[in-house]
Amino acid sequence: MSSNTLTAAEASGPQKPAAGFEGDRQDNTLGGAVRGYLDKLRGGDLGALPAVLGIITLGILFTVLRPGTFLTPLNLANLAVQATPIIVLAMGLVFVLLLGEIDLSAGVVSGVCSAVLAQVLVQSGFGWPVAVLAAIATGAVIGVFTGSLVGMVGIPSFVVTLALFLGWQGVTLRLIGQGGTVPVREPVIRALANENLPLAVGWALAVLVAVAYAVIELWRWRAKRARDLAHQPLVLVVLRVVLMAVVVLGVTSILSQDRALSAAVDLAGIPYAIPLVILLLLVVTFVLSRTSFGRHMYAVGGNAEAARRAGINVTRIRVLAFVISSSLAAISGILATSRLSSVTPDAGAGNTLLYAVGAAVIGGTSLFGGRGRARDALLGGLVIAIIANGLGLLGVAAYLNFVITGGVLLLAASVDALARRRAATAR
Amino acid sequence: MSAPERDHGTTAVGRPTLELRGVDKSFGAVQVLHDVHLTVYPGKVTALVGDNGAGKSTLIKGIAGIHPFDSGEVEFEGERVTLHSPRDAAKLGIEVVYQDLALADNLDVVQNMFLGRERKRGVLLDEQSMEVAARETLAKLSVRTLKSVRQLVSSLSGGQRQTVAIAKAVLWESKLVILDEPTAALGVAQTRQVLDLVRRLADAGHAVVFITHNMVDVFEVADRVAALYLGRVAADVPIDQVDRTQVIELITSGRSGDLGLSAEDLED
Repeated sequence: MSSNTLTAAEASGPQKPAAGFEGDRQDNTLGGAVRGYLDKLRGGDLGALPAVLGIITLGILFTVLRPGTFLTPLNLANLAVQATPIIVLAMGLVFVLLLGEIDLSAGVVSGVCSAVLAQVLVQSGFGWPVAVLAAIATGAVIGVFTGSLVGMVGIPSFVVTLALFLGWQGVTLRLIGQGGTVPVREPVIRALANENLPLAVGWALAVLVAVAYAVIELWRWRAKRARDLAHQPLVLVVLRVVLMAVVVLGVTSILSQDRALSAAVDLAGIPYAIPLVILLLLVVTFVLSRTSFGRHMYAVGGNAEAARRAGINVTRIRVLAFVISSSLAAISGILATSRLSSVTPDAGAGNTLLYAVGAAVIGGTSLFGGRGRARDALLGGLVIAIIANGLGLLGVAAYLNFVITGGVLLLAASVDALARRRAATAR
Repeated sequence: MSAPERDHGTTAVGRPTLELRGVDKSFGAVQVLHDVHLTVYPGKVTALVGDNGAGKSTLIKGIAGIHPFDSGEVEFEGERVTLHSPRDAAKLGIEVVYQDLALADNLDVVQNMFLGRERKRGVLLDEQSMEVAARETLAKLSVRTLKSVRQLVSSLSGGQRQTVAIAKAVLWESKLVILDEPTAALGVAQTRQVLDLVRRLADAGHAVVFITHNMVDVFEVADRVAALYLGRVAADVPIDQVDRTQVIELITSGRSGDLGLSAEDLED
């Protein structure tokens, strides 16, 4: 009997599996996709939902509380630039969090790298390319150090990075000097957060992004359908493409308005930092979802033993996660330096790390490993930046600001933990 | 299920896929495997039985290259080989399906089946060809219980997970598939599915080693039975030369009639 089934299956041919996998074909209606999404939510995978809801509710809240100031082009541009260092730092943390590890030193690493950047610019008189490379290389080397202690020596990442959190602050203090501030007047570095793309270039880029996204999505959908592979309904793909176009063009049109406070100056366009963040977002998304390295990151985070047995070099993945995290922390430091036009001894300390971890977790990255994307950092970073910006506009006392931001991180972590429990019991 | 043409491993079976001769393994001062001899044939299911602590897991971890053997000879398809890492074993075509399954819950069926050996086009993962190949393999094994190959493994039942793990071995055209208690945690219907799958695996020409505690499973699906007792092979015989009572005696005392370990082996 068993041999009969085998021949039957072989006879029907591999091109047309006789039965099974009906889910790959039948659920291709919008209703099916919605049901699938609701099932996923019920199963504890909230995806981007908390972050999107957060952006909308907080947006409405602050618009109501500060009608004249929050929803103005000037403030929105400010908010976006404020968000960029948080987003980039969070993007790096996604790699570490994916493995179920933590990097408590990521914030102060960004501080050390800013200090290196400033000192190379000011002391040695090299141009910005050398300074930027030096900062990123510093980040990478720090990452190798942290990653080796975690991956090879086997110290829990919590302890390693807690120690380094203190250690690197000392290094920044040494580089900048007690009570000192190193001003950074290098035009290219300053331009990142303080200058804008020419209007035409901004629009061209926006249209390019929207069109490229549409073309890639539709092309992939067609290719999958042609080969009879699991694919989403076309309606959903089109909805996503339209939503993306609306968001990209909407943001561009807001930022293209003149937001100068006095009529004498012209202040309009997309700040340079934003296309930089979008570029990083694309690269990180590509690495995580389209390369075998990214696949292995998820595998190690989901089940390190399974990954090891599949022949994946788990130690190498662990070390590389910290290298990437610290290198992105360096870029985050450069963006922060550009915004403040200076580096202080406490750069990257304080609530920098808490903001970034909060951003990743609010965006949907799990603290338990195995789940996370680059876009989590973007969405969560916006939520955090809206909170910081809105509380600033409200003139909330500093103590309350700390309490609220800490509370938001706790809330996001609770959602993550509860979702995970839900996923475990749903099985 | 029992196919009438099953020859129970008594007829000439040709060159063994795997042959272990005098294999030893110690962990510190504890010697877990003593002078183990084991022969595994293509197209045959060899049931590996033994009590807890008899050394079954250590033996398969040795074959898988996870805990390499200390001494002894290993021949694979007639060639002397060394198994020092999971990669060595995978290169030869040895695939182990572990009891704890070694699947990543956060990845889908296709991603798990290709884990560590992803197909690529340049630097890009070739998702489409992987999905097609995974689905073909599952169809070839007549697996009909999966709703989608893009389902996350976390959403699968125990039997489905076992199926995916076994299909992975088939996908890689493994010559030797080792199954570590594949039916241990399964219900009646799911056990049936997995046993059918094991039989089909052997009928398709794979050498199969099937570790189990369940005597019903042994006599249902195995062609040969190898019994381990305190780290020694008590017997490695065709299934029709033993009955249930004998196998149980071999497991519990290392001897049964004229089969099993000699008195001096049992001494130390």
